[in-house]
Amino acid sequence: MRLDIVLRVLAKLLIPFALMFASYVQFHGDFGPGGGFQAGVIIAAAVIFYAVIYGLPSARKVVPDGVIEAMIALGVLIYAGVGVVGMLLGGNFLDYFVLAHDTVHGQHRGIFWVEVGVAVTVSAVMLKIFYVFAARRRDAEEESS
Amino acid sequence: MGAAAIGIARQRNLFGVVLLGGIYSFLMATLLVVLDAVDVAMTEAAVGAGISTVLLLGAIYLTGSTESGPIHKPWLPLFVVIVTGGMLVYGTLGLPAFSDPQAPIHQHVAPRYLTEAPVKTGVPNVVTAVLASYRGYDTLGETTVVFTAGIGVIALLRRRKPRVRRDDTDRRAGQ
Repeated sequence: MRLDIVLRVLAKLLIPFALMFASYVQFHGDFGPGGGFQAGVIIAAAVIFYAVIYGLPSARKVVPDGVIEAMIALGVLIYAGVGVVGMLLGGNFLDYFVLAHDTVHGQHRGIFWVEVGVAVTVSAVMLKIFYVFAARRRDAEEESS
Repeated sequence: MGAAAIGIARQRNLFGVVLLGGIYSFLMATLLVVLDAVDVAMTEAAVGAGISTVLLLGAIYLTGSTESGPIHKPWLPLFVVIVTGGMLVYGTLGLPAFSDPQAPIHQHVAPRYLTEAPVKTGVPNVVTAVLASYRGYDTLGETTVVFTAGIGVIALLRRRKPRVRRDDTDRRAGQ
């Protein structure tokens, strides 16, 4: 599989578009269908595609395990952080109206950051599950040898 | 979709089952697009047909590709499934008819979301507005659930590297 040039070239062609589409879904989620969860899943799918074609070690070079584990926690922290910032600025927890001078802008800003948090956590968790599953056989063989 | 579901139940070759599951998910996504739930359709196509198919293929690679025959007779599980399904169908009889404009949900909160959300939040996509702003707490909880799932998978399946090091320290302590 790893030596198949058609698959490799196709993956190279498709993955940038998948990532582009993910960011479109993420940042255009306010206006069209989509949002953090969908974007996170599409990002994870793009990286998994890369790992399937090019092998797990090269995918681990692109997105290392440490980065993923940090991202899992970072997303939740971003989300909760938006809530705490709202509290510090004098509103309730997860109250977006106080995040900017204009209440509508505040809502926009709050929703944007919340979606970023969701996307970060979802993509990292999906990738981590895949990594752990895919690396299991290899690790077991290493341990027995 | 029904054919795909029956195929999944009858098939003994797990590779075929996984592929049929992917087909089922894509059909489901199409159905959701027809129902104008594009957000859900996207999630179904990406998670159901994409990632979970890859994960199940990985699981097959780890175990084996043929399902073993059932050990017990399936009568008790079948009974439980039929009773639960019957109760669920009975429950739907109390719901208002599909796309009935007089249903309580279309009288109470839905008009408020539809008229107020774009004005108050400045976000034309009402689904995003409800998810991230009106139901911000729920979505925070969902994100925490995903986070917990990731932590659980790491805790269960991660390769334990420190074992070797612990042996080393034990040996050193023994000396």
